[in-house]
Amino acid sequence: MSVRHALLAFLSEGPKYGLQLRQEFEESTGEVWPLNVGQVYTTLQRLERDELIESDDRGEEAGTQKAFRITEAGREELDTWLSTPPDMTEPPRDELVIKVLAALHVPGISVHDVIQVHRRYLVELMQQWTRLKEDEADFDLTFALVVDAELFRLDSVVRWLDTADGRLKRAALEAPSAKRGPVIRRRLVARR
Amino acid sequence: MSYLELRQVSKSYGAGATEVQALCEVALAVERGSLVAVMGPSGSGKSTLLTIAGSLEEPTSGEVVIDGTSLAAMSRNDKARLRRRTIGYVFQEFNLLAGLTAVENVSLPLELDGLSVKKAHTAGMAALAEVGIAERASHYPDELSGGERQRVAIARAVVGERHLLLADEPSGALDSMNSEAVMRMILTACKRGAAAVVVTHDAQLASWADRVVFLRDGRVVDQTVLPPSPEALLEESSRPHR
Repeated sequence: MSVRHALLAFLSEGPKYGLQLRQEFEESTGEVWPLNVGQVYTTLQRLERDELIESDDRGEEAGTQKAFRITEAGREELDTWLSTPPDMTEPPRDELVIKVLAALHVPGISVHDVIQVHRRYLVELMQQWTRLKEDEADFDLTFALVVDAELFRLDSVVRWLDTADGRLKRAALEAPSAKRGPVIRRRLVARR
Repeated sequence: MSYLELRQVSKSYGAGATEVQALCEVALAVERGSLVAVMGPSGSGKSTLLTIAGSLEEPTSGEVVIDGTSLAAMSRNDKARLRRRTIGYVFQEFNLLAGLTAVENVSLPLELDGLSVKKAHTAGMAALAEVGIAERASHYPDELSGGERQRVAIARAVVGERHLLLADEPSGALDSMNSEAVMRMILTACKRGAAAVVVTHDAQLASWADRVVFLRDGRVVDQTVLPPSPEALLEESSRPHR
């Protein structure tokens, strides 16, 4: 998550102080991602340098906390960022995928067992996240969105493992003499 | 003591060259108050496990024990009574009777068990209130949404004094929010003291369980260990970021 753009988003609601921004950032991520004060002020300085925000210098002179407000350029930057999809064109270098692919080549290793080890670990993690949802009374909207995002991310990996498991099983049945499972013909370019 | 126990349960269909082993020496114990999920792909034996646990089918070998009593020692009538009084089933397709209203669907098992229509209706209304759709009690299944129909199915499964809840892909084709609501209802039944088994291929559903058992080719191949507290998870994820 971009701290820079998150701070711009909070400032789009109106002028705010640094400590206030830190608190709002933590609340907005369900306190899952804490932020130290240094990170907030460093980011604010850079935003000010880039003229995306401006500060109330009079407050500083008077020895009080500095208030920040978003500039027109800052609003434009925020709008552009919100509507620009993150780059997902290339598959990321996924360690889990690499482990499963590597297991196909190791003699004496059952790829299904390797898949199960990872599946169990992921489901255990999902159980922990789901426990956080159990008590609806303590479960605010922002936190719910963060927990859901994590559950869907982990779930997508479990689904891939399930599909890989089934695909490998079917491939082994169709070609019982093949030792290494299906040949992957397309070369995928992994992002660093 | 476990409320439901499967002891080395095996089940095969057919014979000779066409014999299919659906379950192979499955051992499973579920305490009252706990929710166990059984995960596995299609054809792994999940549904067979559930029908045998619910006495709808006989194992080829092994034993099913419910509340300390072996099903093998029960007469057909005793088993039928057990199914009416103790076990609640939730199926993927809801299986509601189209000619009965929501509350009639829920109270029917109690009436079949000899309860007066009035008392069964009162219990049915209480169960519908518990799943949050008492105001839809007089509607017929085709007048209800998918989520509402599954709530009725869950109310029917928990109505009366049922202690064992068996659910087969209970969220069916429901969306995420309704699926979550279904699991919350099953969890509420467990907190009241029921033992529940949910079979599913869906990791998000399974993650509501206290324990997840993995089934492959009719065998239990693995299970989750009790996860650490949510607080530990938050500490772990509280890492600095850019």
